[in-house]
Amino acid sequence: MQSDLSQPIQAMNVPVAQHQEVIDLRRRRRAGESLIHGFLFLSGVLSVFTTVGIVLVLLSQALAFFRRPEVSLFDFLTKTTWQPAIGEFGIFPLVNATLLTSFIAVIVALPLGLMIAIYLSEYASAPARRIIKPVLEMLAGVPTVVYGFFALTFVTAILRALLGSDRVEIFNVGSAGLVIGILILPLVASMSEDALHAVPGALREAAFGLGATRLETTLRIVLPAALSGISAAFIVAISRAVGETMIVAIAAGAGPRNFKSWADAVTGFKFLNPFTAAETMTGHMVRISGGDLSYDSIDYDSIFAIGLTLFVMTLALNIASRWAVRRFREEY
Amino acid sequence: MPDILTLPRPSAPSISANGERYAITAENLNVYYGAFQAVRDINLKIERQKITALIGPSGCGKSTVLRSFNRMNDLIPVARTEGRVMFHGKNIYDADVDPVEVRRRVGMVFQKPNPFPKSIYENVAWGARINGYRGDLDALVEQSLRQAALWDEVKDKLHQSGYSLSGGQQQRLCIARAIAVQPEIILMDEPASALDPIATLRIEELMRELRKEYTIIVVTHNMQQAARVSDYTAFFTVDEHRTGYLAEYGPTTELFTNPRQKITEDYITGRFG
Repeated sequence: MQSDLSQPIQAMNVPVAQHQEVIDLRRRRRAGESLIHGFLFLSGVLSVFTTVGIVLVLLSQALAFFRRPEVSLFDFLTKTTWQPAIGEFGIFPLVNATLLTSFIAVIVALPLGLMIAIYLSEYASAPARRIIKPVLEMLAGVPTVVYGFFALTFVTAILRALLGSDRVEIFNVGSAGLVIGILILPLVASMSEDALHAVPGALREAAFGLGATRLETTLRIVLPAALSGISAAFIVAISRAVGETMIVAIAAGAGPRNFKSWADAVTGFKFLNPFTAAETMTGHMVRISGGDLSYDSIDYDSIFAIGLTLFVMTLALNIASRWAVRRFREEY
Repeated sequence: MPDILTLPRPSAPSISANGERYAITAENLNVYYGAFQAVRDINLKIERQKITALIGPSGCGKSTVLRSFNRMNDLIPVARTEGRVMFHGKNIYDADVDPVEVRRRVGMVFQKPNPFPKSIYENVAWGARINGYRGDLDALVEQSLRQAALWDEVKDKLHQSGYSLSGGQQQRLCIARAIAVQPEIILMDEPASALDPIATLRIEELMRELRKEYTIIVVTHNMQQAARVSDYTAFFTVDEHRTGYLAEYGPTTELFTNPRQKITEDYITGRFG
């Protein structure tokens, strides 16, 4: 005899319920649900469209720039002078200044920000964290124009007093870079702290339970586990430094640091000198667009070529870091 | 509190071969979390190379007592410990004692499996490496995984993440990790409570196996587990002030078949807890 396993074996004399109430299980229309779904979808799509729109404008205007007879893409990429007045469009001086200020900012902000984050997340007592973190985040609320004048009137003054006013120019990339570093510091510290804090306490307990010191636990367990969050913090901070405009416009200089040739740029590492003036990509863009810039002028179009270059740089940074994070992170 | 509670009863086996009978002892141990006293006047002598189970209802302080054996409570900012925990003739709460050194010798396995987000190999090797292990790391990893009865299941995937394993395997990985540091005592805080019955049985088998070399103290919510696996059982409970204290301590078989305290009997027969 084959037994039916789909229903429980019934005791002999238990009556089985005969009559069942009719219930309706059909799918119901829920207008609110569909409405919300559609609205949220539109919100998501909107951000994608915005990005696409920006890229398209950048591309089309940059294309217009490179179509001009007096401009060549090759010269744009290889020449060491940016002087629109005489038709010299070599992007190098602007890119160089951007990389220089960003590099200085990053050297200041990433290690210091990470150390602050580690202190706050792993070492600080709860009251200390409650006080320090909001104060730190207040730094992020200072308008960048204030930072700009802080760089020009305070940091530059200190640099000149320390290193000599003959060596340090009034406008210099060093003070701008340092102050951009201060600007992005709270970003690095706060986002990294969030990433470290999100690492489960159980992992710390496991490490301590094996006789690890706090430092070993922090550096070898917590930090690797928080790597993806920390790199996200770094990327946002670097992108912010690269894109920062006001500070460099005020403090770094009001003209490109041009070089006669590559040889001239490399001589005495002139292109790396942090104590002389230089104009970054963003700084140049605001300066030339600040006056009476007419559409269809070559200067107007050049802004988009610079903007596109900037966009490509940050995009490359994003892609590279994504790859690196996927390669090295430890997923918990 | 009568001293009889602090000692295993006379029917306990005699002093072990190396002369030292107790692996670790708590003397007048009181632990506070802020103003709240979690455990009161605990006197408990843990016999070497035995499994001692700490049982009792929720909030009775059994985990607190367990964690005081390797100063894990230090990690809780508001925790304060009074009394002594003697280990090798030294109070581990003395000012000159480094908790890092204590934890290296008194390892711990936690309630939820918590492997590091690293490879299986790294999970086991990590603790040994930070403690300056100079020998053959590969051999140590293999030996530890074998002792934790995990080697055969993972030997072909040592470089996969510890998280690729099942919950029961992860917990055995955590045991292997604790063993690799070569501690004297292994504290286990409800090591099987997050596992299914079959994985639980494997952990219990493993504990009995490990008893040959290590002293094991295990907190469990599961009385059958305590009865199955342990040599001694300490029953903690709470009084009207919600403070944990040691109510009865003795060989597991006696405590379960012939409890001396009414409250122990009520607990093990399932009348409360």
